[in-house]
Amino acid sequence: MLSNTGNFLLSLNIFLSALIIYYSYNNLKTSDNLISKKVFKISILQSTSILICFFTLVSAFLVSDFSLITVYQNSHSLKPIFYKISGTWGNHEGSLLLWVIILTLFSFLFLIYNRKHPKNYRLYTLIIQNFLILGFLFFILLNSNPFSFISPPPSEGLGLNPILQDPALAIHPPLLYVGFVGSSIYFSAAIASMITNYSDKSFAKSIKSWVLISWSFQTLGILVGSIWAYYELGWGGFWFWDPVENASLLPWFAMTALLHSLLVLERRNVLYFWSIILCLLTFVLSVMGTFLVRSGILNSVHTFANDPTRGIYILVFLSLMILVSVYILFSKYKPASIEINSNSKETFVLVNNWFMLFYLITVLLGTLYPIFTDAISNNKISVGPPFYNSVIIPVVVIFLFFMAIGPNAKWIKNKFIDLKIYSFIILAAIFFNFIIFFFFKSYSIISNLIVISSLFLILSSIMDLFKKINFNFPRVISHLSFGFLILFIGLNHNFSIEKDFNLKIGETKQIDNFKFHLKDLKLIQDTNYKAVVGSLKVNDLLTKEERVLKPEIRIYDNPQTLTYEASIQTNFIRDYYLTMSNIDRSDYYNIKFQKKPLMIWIWISVAMLSLGGFLSLFRHAKNN
Amino acid sequence: MQRIIKLITVSLLVFILGIFYLSLNRSSNYDTKFLVGNKLADIELKSLQSKEFFTNDDFKNNKYTLLNFWASWCAPCRVEHPYLMMLSKNKDIKILGINFKDKKINALKFLEELGNPYDYLAKDNNGKQSVNFGIYGIPESILIDSKLNIIKKIIGPLNEKDVKEIKEIIKS
Repeated sequence: MLSNTGNFLLSLNIFLSALIIYYSYNNLKTSDNLISKKVFKISILQSTSILICFFTLVSAFLVSDFSLITVYQNSHSLKPIFYKISGTWGNHEGSLLLWVIILTLFSFLFLIYNRKHPKNYRLYTLIIQNFLILGFLFFILLNSNPFSFISPPPSEGLGLNPILQDPALAIHPPLLYVGFVGSSIYFSAAIASMITNYSDKSFAKSIKSWVLISWSFQTLGILVGSIWAYYELGWGGFWFWDPVENASLLPWFAMTALLHSLLVLERRNVLYFWSIILCLLTFVLSVMGTFLVRSGILNSVHTFANDPTRGIYILVFLSLMILVSVYILFSKYKPASIEINSNSKETFVLVNNWFMLFYLITVLLGTLYPIFTDAISNNKISVGPPFYNSVIIPVVVIFLFFMAIGPNAKWIKNKFIDLKIYSFIILAAIFFNFIIFFFFKSYSIISNLIVISSLFLILSSIMDLFKKINFNFPRVISHLSFGFLILFIGLNHNFSIEKDFNLKIGETKQIDNFKFHLKDLKLIQDTNYKAVVGSLKVNDLLTKEERVLKPEIRIYDNPQTLTYEASIQTNFIRDYYLTMSNIDRSDYYNIKFQKKPLMIWIWISVAMLSLGGFLSLFRHAKNN
Repeated sequence: MQRIIKLITVSLLVFILGIFYLSLNRSSNYDTKFLVGNKLADIELKSLQSKEFFTNDDFKNNKYTLLNFWASWCAPCRVEHPYLMMLSKNKDIKILGINFKDKKINALKFLEELGNPYDYLAKDNNGKQSVNFGIYGIPESILIDSKLNIIKKIIGPLNEKDVKEIKEIIKS
């Protein structure tokens, strides 16, 4: 029943998308400046029906309808309701449906919220967006149908992967999808703008809100995923340069660059084609990320079942998208006639873009290089944190200085009138830096530079808070948060303590200034798993702090899986982080202990960064 | 200039998409099959029953040697054991059993119960030696010739087909 309803709604959506393309195309030829009511009506119908389609799948998960293969493979009747619902997008098929929902809703919202912009520009955006929707709907229907059924239906499901049964993971995909699928709308708008020659500052205004929405959500999505990996996967840090983490970071770099280049386009009517390239690049990178993850080319925690046919479909789709957009770009490209003064705000924004592009290329190269060497020379290599850290970190230092000075530069022609203030700030930053390193007794040139440059950005941003002219609160919040983020990452990286050892029950071990005692193990039974809970006393001999941490080894029933749950004690100064794993045929347990300073502030900084995006969105919406 | 940039951009995109296409049917899992054709790395394995050491020189006089990684706690090792017993009857092949992360008492009990197909019995208590052979799970077996070239690598338990193939290699 639900299978038929779902399939009908998917087919209906294909029909409606085709209808929107048809009516929009016809509407292009009419002389009036109004979009036909038919297009609006069909768009409303399209958005409503795709939402109903999604809720059909949610209800199949809720009522545990195992006649649907997706429900059978990813749910279980004993699973808590919350995870039954989140199971809807915790799999390949359901998450693709979420893709289409976001594509469709953004298409509809763009249509109704951009009434001030030319009719043909909006219609072309709608046409291109609906081609994207069609592409994904066909993909779902032909290859990844969440409504495929099995007969006779199994009496019980296989269950959702335990590591996905987590509140953070339940909201991580929707947040991230609003981010990178949301970028589809300015991909479509960019092509529409080139076709209709709608290339002035109004174009920047028309897409700015959408870029801000996707950027803010993408930032939040990355944050939630990162927190999840920290406590659920036992990775014990905030970023691991995992290929799939990188896949989410690549569009983020492009979006950030775009966000800044739009400022120049909006103000000075220059960098139009550069902004167009960034619009195209953001969505192309989003689809490329999806291709890498869904095709099974990359091995990662996110890798869905390896299925080359899925890969082929997305690859063909990606290739078509790239080739069509590049063709239109080349045929419409005109070199800019306005020259930018090298000492102006425009140049500072451009410098921001170069840095973003540098990060993007570095991460792209590191992510794709193993794929290239494997395909060309059959040589399996992996690119790890040392590559990224050594290439990116030194450049961040210079970037932060530009980021502090840039916002206060003047448009068209700048004069450095604040040199005295900046000299004072840099001296203060150096002073604070030495205080930090004096107390923590550690020294490395790069750490010092990171701390000085981030403090420079923080102090400059704090000074900006007191400015009365050209005061831009969202911008200050974002830049301030970024400064804090880099500062906390630097301090965390520099002063983290990590110990790895084996311990058996009743045993005490002293390593440097820490004493560890494994008191006992308890077996507990929860609704869908049982767990061996360790009770570990940790004494910090320097601070005389005593903590009891309780790491778990969980054995889930459906599907039968073993997971290691970290025990984390957080406060505003540091995190105690401890994982325990059993060793085959031994009484000993392997213990990994970390003391990570200022961990919570890393998360707070990213949340504030995202908040800056949302505040900017409200500001933009209010002014326009 | 613009033409050159366009050409480079398109070529780069085609190259990247082409690589993606080529990568589609490849397994992204770590695989050590590429070891076939290489020479055996220098080894020094402790005997399970005595204080002796086995080195590469010990296998140079054998026409063929099969290195088998096993443990008493490994269920698939029990499944493959009858095939090892079958192979042990062939005079042209010697079998080196490398007991992986196991307890001696359990290992010997296992052989007492199921029979001992091994001409040499070595141990790798912490699993470090096995890393040199590209072992990432047991059971695994490596067939080498008298020149210590790796002829074949079998990941997982030996089966009838593997035994047949090994016998054919020995015959030829």
